[in-house]
Amino acid sequence: MKPAPFEYVRARSVEEALAGLADGGADAKPLAGGQSLVPALTMRLVRPSVLVDVNDAGLGEIMANGSVRIGATVRQAALAVDERVHPLVRQALPFVGHFVTRNRGTVGGSIAHADGAAELPLCLAVLDGVVVAESRPGRREIAAADFFVTHFLTTLEPGELVVETVWPLARDGEASGFEELALRTGDFAQSMAAVVLRREGEIVAEARVGVGAVTDRPTRLPDVEALLLGSSGHDAAADAGSLAARLVDPPSTTHASSGYLRSLTGTLVRRAIERAR
Amino acid sequence: MIQIELTVNGRTVREAVEPRLLLTDFLRHRLGLTGTHVGCEHGICGACTVLFDGVAARGCCLLAVQADGATVSTVESLAGMSGLTPLQEAFRRHHALQCGFCTPGILMAATDLLARGTPTRDEIVDMLSGHLCRCTGYAPIVDAIEEAARR
Repeated sequence: MKPAPFEYVRARSVEEALAGLADGGADAKPLAGGQSLVPALTMRLVRPSVLVDVNDAGLGEIMANGSVRIGATVRQAALAVDERVHPLVRQALPFVGHFVTRNRGTVGGSIAHADGAAELPLCLAVLDGVVVAESRPGRREIAAADFFVTHFLTTLEPGELVVETVWPLARDGEASGFEELALRTGDFAQSMAAVVLRREGEIVAEARVGVGAVTDRPTRLPDVEALLLGSSGHDAAADAGSLAARLVDPPSTTHASSGYLRSLTGTLVRRAIERAR
Repeated sequence: MIQIELTVNGRTVREAVEPRLLLTDFLRHRLGLTGTHVGCEHGICGACTVLFDGVAARGCCLLAVQADGATVSTVESLAGMSGLTPLQEAFRRHHALQCGFCTPGILMAATDLLARGTPTRDEIVDMLSGHLCRCTGYAPIVDAIEEAARR
């Protein structure tokens, strides 16, 4: 057998899941869609003592009431067909893995896994979303800006479980764009850019710009956001792209040099701005 | 060991499994259903795709214990006494397989896709991005799925 041995607990409620995580100690891990965790188990990159399966813990609902609250085990595929989900997320979704992995992969799992090249964390950061975590001591809300630390590391404490993420509804005058380059469709991004612009008339009154994969966590670019204010968006897109390229400093990889990845990021930011209209 | 009970290709199966047993290995080694192929074992190649409660899923990214209470369909469930499914017929007509290693996974993903409506050619190509084929090339596979979608 490929994974190292572990105990398995199927939680039928959040309370059972939190009890399982608390009892399992520091090496206990929640199992959601398993599209990253199960391969990591198979490769023995992770060896949890206890796996707490949260797929039946009652976290599979999407609720909209002023904002959109997405239960942790809502499948990624469910977002594509839900009108309440912010358009940026639906633009990003085709880049999230593949048809079959989106059937099973969850929103909460992707956020908690915090892969620096994952699309949903970038969307959450750009939309100023919130992660809701529960543990036995209680419940807390963590702003996306305070959640992602670096690759595969968040500010979740041991025993805490992501139960839902909170996303804003689309607002009047808002437009968004998501751009990514991967070597193969559905593969991890070489670079990606997410942009949300809110215009008053023709003028950008609010700009949110973030990049990922070239950084160790979803990264907002406030200087690029400031540059876009007062423009039409389109007329400042080239300058904004150039600035973004200067602001990131990715290391060279086996696939691309640092210079290429900078240039690519600038192009993706420009295109995402051009798309946000 | 954990006792599980599930439905596989219409048959009720009861087995005791270790939590770390992957669904793919359970299907192949315990049940002898070797139509589900194991390629990359990390969710990329698509060869192990099965229907899990009616929805296409990677068998290698599921544990057998997670299938307790579930309904699993493998490629062996497709052809029945009355012969191949229209999708399988289309694969044969278009020479959409050669060595056949990737075929079971593609058939199961396409079965899910076709159950949702009539996909466009672009949607078929997007679905196929999750399946690696190293011999036929993808064009005949897309043609076959497209023809099955029209029928």
